[in-house]
Amino acid sequence: MALNANLAAVRHLTPVPDPKPPPRLAERGAAQPSIAELERWATVLRVDCVRMLAVAKSGHLDSSLSAADILTALYYRVLRHDPDNPDWRARDRFVLCKGHAAPIQYAALAQHGYFPLEDLMGLRQIGAQLQGHPDMQRTPGIEVSTGSLGQGLSMCLGIALALRLDDLDETAQVFGVLSDGDCQEGQTWEAATAAVHFGVPNITAIVDYNHLQTDGTTEEVMDIGDMRAKFEAFGWDTVEIDGHDMEQVVEALERSRTVRKPAAIIAQTTKGKGVSTMEGRFGFHGKAAVSPEFAAEALEELTSRLEEQTKALQAARDEG
Amino acid sequence: MPAEAKTEPTATRAGYGDALADLGEEHQDVVALDADLASSTQAIKFGKKFPDRFFNVGAAEANMMSMACGLAATGKVPYCSTFAIFASGRAYDQVRLGIAHNELKVRIGASHGGVSLGEDGASHQMIEDIALMRAMPRMTVVVPADYNQAYRATAESYERDEPMYMRFGRPATPIVYEDIPKTLGGGVDVVREGKDISLIATGHMVWRAMEAAESLEAEDGVEAEVLNVSIIKPLHSETILESLGKTGVGVTAEEHRVAGGLADAVRQVAAEQHPVPIFAVGMGDEFGLSGTGEACMEHFGLTARGIADRAREALVLKPIVSRPPLFGPEWT
Repeated sequence: MALNANLAAVRHLTPVPDPKPPPRLAERGAAQPSIAELERWATVLRVDCVRMLAVAKSGHLDSSLSAADILTALYYRVLRHDPDNPDWRARDRFVLCKGHAAPIQYAALAQHGYFPLEDLMGLRQIGAQLQGHPDMQRTPGIEVSTGSLGQGLSMCLGIALALRLDDLDETAQVFGVLSDGDCQEGQTWEAATAAVHFGVPNITAIVDYNHLQTDGTTEEVMDIGDMRAKFEAFGWDTVEIDGHDMEQVVEALERSRTVRKPAAIIAQTTKGKGVSTMEGRFGFHGKAAVSPEFAAEALEELTSRLEEQTKALQAARDEG
Repeated sequence: MPAEAKTEPTATRAGYGDALADLGEEHQDVVALDADLASSTQAIKFGKKFPDRFFNVGAAEANMMSMACGLAATGKVPYCSTFAIFASGRAYDQVRLGIAHNELKVRIGASHGGVSLGEDGASHQMIEDIALMRAMPRMTVVVPADYNQAYRATAESYERDEPMYMRFGRPATPIVYEDIPKTLGGGVDVVREGKDISLIATGHMVWRAMEAAESLEAEDGVEAEVLNVSIIKPLHSETILESLGKTGVGVTAEEHRVAGGLADAVRQVAAEQHPVPIFAVGMGDEFGLSGTGEACMEHFGLTARGIADRAREALVLKPIVSRPPLFGPEWT
């Protein structure tokens, strides 16, 4: 990829390969990544997001960070996917219904080798494969294009029905991550109704409920209320978790696979999670908040956390 | 294919339903979706034969289109049917992002297009869907002229890869093609030859243009050429330009707004490559009305007589506007 002015100015931000790359599906087997390892990887992805957005100078960092732990749990442990064979028919499907959080998915895909890490720095640049919102035509590992809120859960349902027709619904699960905004769109509830009506057993909707949207808090703008009660009323199996507690996230995702009906996970999250100056604060959404100074500050916080997490893992391994 | 050509007036939507059921027989990957209008759109014929591949989503068109995206992304060939008003208007964004942008092999069977659906009135009479779908990148727009061509359009859609919007109508309409055509070809057929004026029509207006041509011949001695445009986008301009080059004047006819519809498509081609007077029969800046389908067509001038009258007006201009250039070789 050709260097551009942005990238040249922030060259020190170029992502470096994680010294501990994610395990391939075949390698996972009995030795599943531990919770501590997943937590460390979530930090790796957060670092990538800050670097990408610092170069792109636009995009939704806060939304990406709130979904970081959920996507880490999915890509590094729960999803059955194979970067060397992205079209594997029996793979689990992942749809980022909240397409504006694309950076976190791009980071996960790049770390898994769907495309080179350097490509992350092309985000939102003209001609790049990484569009502002996920584009299945351009980016390996994207199942369907998203970005218009409310459509994602319907897409998940279509995928789930196709898998059923191919007799793959016993093994392949469809995971969709929704935002507050997705749940304000009426279409999400059309899909929620239809998923139960069609008796789809292999769909998991994770609501990244971070309570902040473009114009303010969801409570101020349009209160979506008790999401757990709503999904339950639509006939879904529903659990509510702390979306940043890796153990809860993994447990809920893995459990949803065993529930043979549509399963919703309401994940209470904090927008901007992991960068303390951004956490839960209004005013960052879609703004070019990632100035070089902000990025430097955020990276300092994240990389020092990454060092701590890496050291702790090494210490644990040495003891073991 | 067990298709039998119709000879008596039949609705184009029936051609969709019959062909869809036959496609289901031949291809396991064909699935159909409908939004509580399966009897009207005729998708029910497929639904009865293949219940496990038929998904009635209820009154939820947005959900239907996005589901079709998911199904197509997972290897199925979805046919989505509902009224044109909902297929194009209500679910525009879903069609745009999920289907057209992704270039997925999804077919939209938009039934009850135009004002000829009649009594339900303006809320249901879709007269701008062709404009919407023409404007949408990567979307092919098909409007068959009769049952036989509607059958072919639907059957042939399986062989093509691009996203397609297919518009069908409610009323039984006269047959234009004696047999089920072997192909849509480029989507512009000369269905009657002539040398004096080009009547360029689509959908329900094709048989009316044929009638108009007959009356022009009988009453005025004018030999009108009639073109059926069954694929409005991408428009096969060669046949249209060839006809306009021969006749030097044209009239378009559609059961749709003139703005953004066939008229604009033809005028665009002509303006760039062979500017001649082209008059239009279609809906102006107005909504439809309740009434019988035929009364609605009459009210808005969407009739053979309407086409013939416009043709006579256009013919008056022809010697003035369409003569050779003032300083062309003929004058030297």
